[in-house]
Amino acid sequence: MTTETTLRGAGVGRGAVVGPVARAHPAPVVDAAAPAEADRAAVTATVRSAFESVADALEARAERSSGTVANVLMATAAMARDTELAEQVAVRIEAGQSAPFAVDRAVAEFVDLFTQAGGYLAERVTDLMSVRDRVVALLTGQPEPGVPALTSPAVVVADDLSPADTAALELDKVLAIVIERGGPTGHTAIIAGQLGIPCVVRVVGASRLTDGTVVAVDAAAGTVVVDPDDDVRARVEARRQGLAALAQRTDPGSTLDGHAVALLANIGTAEDAERLTDAAVEGVGLFRTEVLYLGRTTAPTEDEQAEQYARALRGLGGRKVVIRTLDAGADKPLAFVTRDGEENPALGVRGFRLVRTAEDLLRTQLRAIGRAAAETGGEPWVMAPMVATVEEAAQFAALARDAGVRMVGVMVEVPSAALRARDLLAEVDFISIGTNDLAQYTMATDRLLGELVDLLDPWQPAVLDLVATAAAAGSAGGKPVGVCGESAADPLMALVLVGMGVTSLSMSPAAVPGVRFALSRHTLEQCRALAAAARAARTAADARAACLAEVDAEVREILAL
Amino acid sequence: MSQRTVTIGSKVGLHARPAKLFTSAAAATGVKVQIAKAGGTPVDASSILRVMTLGAKFGEEVTLTAEGEGAEEALDQLASMLATDLDAGQE
Repeated sequence: MTTETTLRGAGVGRGAVVGPVARAHPAPVVDAAAPAEADRAAVTATVRSAFESVADALEARAERSSGTVANVLMATAAMARDTELAEQVAVRIEAGQSAPFAVDRAVAEFVDLFTQAGGYLAERVTDLMSVRDRVVALLTGQPEPGVPALTSPAVVVADDLSPADTAALELDKVLAIVIERGGPTGHTAIIAGQLGIPCVVRVVGASRLTDGTVVAVDAAAGTVVVDPDDDVRARVEARRQGLAALAQRTDPGSTLDGHAVALLANIGTAEDAERLTDAAVEGVGLFRTEVLYLGRTTAPTEDEQAEQYARALRGLGGRKVVIRTLDAGADKPLAFVTRDGEENPALGVRGFRLVRTAEDLLRTQLRAIGRAAAETGGEPWVMAPMVATVEEAAQFAALARDAGVRMVGVMVEVPSAALRARDLLAEVDFISIGTNDLAQYTMATDRLLGELVDLLDPWQPAVLDLVATAAAAGSAGGKPVGVCGESAADPLMALVLVGMGVTSLSMSPAAVPGVRFALSRHTLEQCRALAAAARAARTAADARAACLAEVDAEVREILAL
Repeated sequence: MSQRTVTIGSKVGLHARPAKLFTSAAAATGVKVQIAKAGGTPVDASSILRVMTLGAKFGEEVTLTAEGEGAEEALDQLASMLATDLDAGQE
């Protein structure tokens, strides 16, 4: 008999842990009907000094942090010192509003402006709100919002955490983070992911958890078990130890019977590559070069690009690096090439198709890659995105070889490319399957539409058929076939892909330990059986369930598949 | 009324660190300086919230205006600041 309750949300990472709750204090509530203070001049001065104290405290905290976190804190402190904000508050107090309400409303006006502007500014709303919360708490004598000082390891539970809150976390004492709001791509989730802290977001009912209550947090399952029994505790502890051991492994990817499968990382910048210098990955399977081009009004020069590619190659120190040429268009428009007015940009002039209107752009990029290779002695593999026909593959191969690239490939993202992979492979040295776009184009489903996410499931039988067709073409021709979409990061799908004949898997570096572990527990023959089981299924759910039933029990338990 | 038109030199745009450096410098001049994008409403150049809301990107033109004593010097200093990459050297 058990009294435990399970709360559910979206997990970030695969971690699991048991510990007591430490509640972060919520934002202070403002009473809109509170009467205005009698002495307006005095209260204006009090408010000004409250803003100053908050700014001082944020700056002091920034000095104890570094990098991005310190910059965010300094920017937040600058907001607290903003002259115009102080002016707006003063005007409102003069007009008869109570001080806390005046602060609340004045900040709200900027929040509206930031929200309307969207993008970067909208992401800064949390910082602005943390200024409001701290000042109002100070003015109304409420506890300082945010995470309390922890005396022993605890699971931090909050409505949401601002970057300032996250920065203030004492990492050695934070076992896990559970928040009621936020989202899997929000800042709390991202930072927790980077720090390797198990995190569950959008947990309905988290705000009812009280200080000291013991909870079992499972990021892989997206669950928070309140007052877990011994059974749950033992399982979570076994998971925690198992995952900690997996993270220590540095061996190259291989099946139980020694069939090598390269485990590679997806990156977007030379800095990302440099961070991999000491990481246990065998190279880079997807270097998304469009980051170099985004947010610019003119294309980066050949020199500029050559320097970045050389840095990336040096960062990987001779390991494999697969560079994807510019993939602009659709959801990644570029001011200097993307044409306005396309009705269906995802089906328009994007990826390699840009060669039709801006061949120089591609030639410059390929020359820069060729130069970086010559300078560093590295041998990058180079592939083009969104290739649909043999002619396009041949055209890209000619352009790339012209620039001195020796290993030339194309991405398989369009069903036509998957169906005729055998013909494409006659023109190039390798292919790499982009499962996200392949699912989008196979299922005729916009990747950016959350409500259609079931149609984008990489386990959809038709998507699996196309991946298998492409992989089989590689095996038949003795040429490498990589996968560099979300699929590669799913340990269960990774086994299926290897069973189909995929030779390398590229994913976010955090996903590598789980995939390495799953591979090392299955023979190539078992992977082939899993692939066959998946392809025999009629629905996505059946395909996944069929594989799950056959997978090694310990892998299923530790990775919480 | 004096004015300067200048192209934003910060790669990240007039955001984050560049916005903070610029607004601090504008406040330090002691002159009331306004900043606007082409055709936009001028805002207080010393307010980081207003300057961020302006959303001036790398390569875009902005106009600085000020009047009275010290206006010319303040504008020269702030204009040359905007033309450089204020985020350079940062990680």
